[in-house]
Amino acid sequence: MNPFALEPLGDSALLVRLGDHIESATNRSALALAEMLRAAALPGIRDIVPAYASVCVHYDIAAFANAGAGAAHLLAAERVGEIAAKFLEAETDRSDPVAGGESSLLEIPVCYGGEFGPDLGDVAVHAGVDQRAVIHGHAAGEYRVAMLGFMPGFPYLLGLDDSLHTPRRASPRTRVPAGSVAIGGAQTGIYPRELPGGWQLIGRTPLVLFDPERAQPALLRPGQRVRFRAIGTDEFAALMQ
Amino acid sequence: MTIRVLSPGWLTSVQDSGRIGHAAIGVGRAGAMDDVALRLANALVGNAENAAALEITLRGPRLRFAGDALIALTGAAIDARCATQEVPSWRPVWIGAGGEVEIGDMRRGARVYLAIAGGINVAPLLDSRSADINAALGPFHGRGLVAGDELPIGRVAPGRVDRLSPALRGTSSTDADQSDDVVAARWSLDPQPWFDLRGEDPIALVRGQHFENLDASSRRALFSSAFRVGNESNRVGYRLEGAKLRLAEPLGLISEGVVPGTMQLPPNGNPIVLMAEAPTTGGYPRIAHVAAVDLPRLAQRRPGDRVHFVETSLAEAQTRYLERERALARLFFSIAGRLPG
Repeated sequence: MNPFALEPLGDSALLVRLGDHIESATNRSALALAEMLRAAALPGIRDIVPAYASVCVHYDIAAFANAGAGAAHLLAAERVGEIAAKFLEAETDRSDPVAGGESSLLEIPVCYGGEFGPDLGDVAVHAGVDQRAVIHGHAAGEYRVAMLGFMPGFPYLLGLDDSLHTPRRASPRTRVPAGSVAIGGAQTGIYPRELPGGWQLIGRTPLVLFDPERAQPALLRPGQRVRFRAIGTDEFAALMQ
Repeated sequence: MTIRVLSPGWLTSVQDSGRIGHAAIGVGRAGAMDDVALRLANALVGNAENAAALEITLRGPRLRFAGDALIALTGAAIDARCATQEVPSWRPVWIGAGGEVEIGDMRRGARVYLAIAGGINVAPLLDSRSADINAALGPFHGRGLVAGDELPIGRVAPGRVDRLSPALRGTSSTDADQSDDVVAARWSLDPQPWFDLRGEDPIALVRGQHFENLDASSRRALFSSAFRVGNESNRVGYRLEGAKLRLAEPLGLISEGVVPGTMQLPPNGNPIVLMAEAPTTGGYPRIAHVAAVDLPRLAQRRPGDRVHFVETSLAEAQTRYLERERALARLFFSIAGRLPG
């Protein structure tokens, strides 16, 4: 395990950096560290945001002011750094860095192609296969939510097969419908609501990715394992009811 | 008690201090752009400093108060009237039931806060009553208010909303005129420390992780040249126009956390300062961060206004923030001593 770096993110947040690349093991560490920081419940920490290879920690300057007026950032970094060091020490001792951290597998029904996936043909052309092979390849994979960002409930999923990596569209759409399942470069994700976007749209799910009125507003949380299942328009319509 | 929106102005929304603790699922802070002005407005009507109030942008709304109300306006310089009477800013003002308050154009600054005793009592969502307009989240599905909207107001203790209160009348109540529709306190706050009337104060930046990746002339230009607040600026971000900033060489970055105040550099060379509705993560180079103490000041600049940046250290930025918080705490204490109830 590489050592971590603490980087200030302005005067009221900092980043714990575990790496610079999108890589599954680093992301698992970032998610586990975020959990450990959350569990530590340090006073003055306002938010904890895991990403691909880092954890962002928002803090209240006043809560760390007893270090002296200009030293709050040092004290915040020290407190967060202590937990990160303890975490990495424990992780080095484990043979499998993610043992016990495995989440359940959630199946997401997707109606691929047609009006729901207007870019399926382009993705197939780029991959040099037919559309059925793209659907099969996308639905055969197992994915994991690396992080949420961009919009409430927007999941960035790891696990897209190399053959399906497709560059973003040259001109982004102003309106991508809610539930659109999309490919952007090496990533695949799902639009939680109608938004502008430049990813390649290959299908749509009837599931609601984000509903602030639910007990768990985000359907997918960081670390969640995901599988896609191809459905037809009839089942899509039935599930929309 | 309710407020009815007769006309919404340019953009008026419900805001408190924002949504904390949900960034891991992509839910950002939102909340008041000028958090200091929000807190002062709340203090002036006896609310908790993070109570929900109206954030008014550039041109004000027309509002009808169904019952007696104690309100306060802070932030940008503005003309407000109730029938023929002026509604002055930076002090508590009693408005009689049925009063219609019309808030005009801002002469200086971009945002005014209207707090009302009891607070705007819309249902909280994810621990906040703030409208996140970009994420379509919060009261009224996160949209700006429109004509016809009814805003519920929280209950207040008896005596807090009283036009005869000494806080409004001064020590003598002999000149109390029972027919007044508007009673403004004779005392007011000095806006000077809290609102930059000339809009020329420099905005302090601490270096970002990728500042050193700017080319040499861009590093100089960030602090030596003036930028203009772009017309596309909004609650998500301020787009700055001026010297084009360039990286010495491209960086391959992956998405990671960003916060309000983060200055990103997209490929077009025009930096963007993320504001209250900042996304929770971003993948552009982070060349700088606006000091937390100066973010409310930047939020009062309007499209077309000029901005100068000065470099500051983390230590100095945090020292100034804590000094401001101490000054605010003293002010809140002295305001509370003047209010009834």
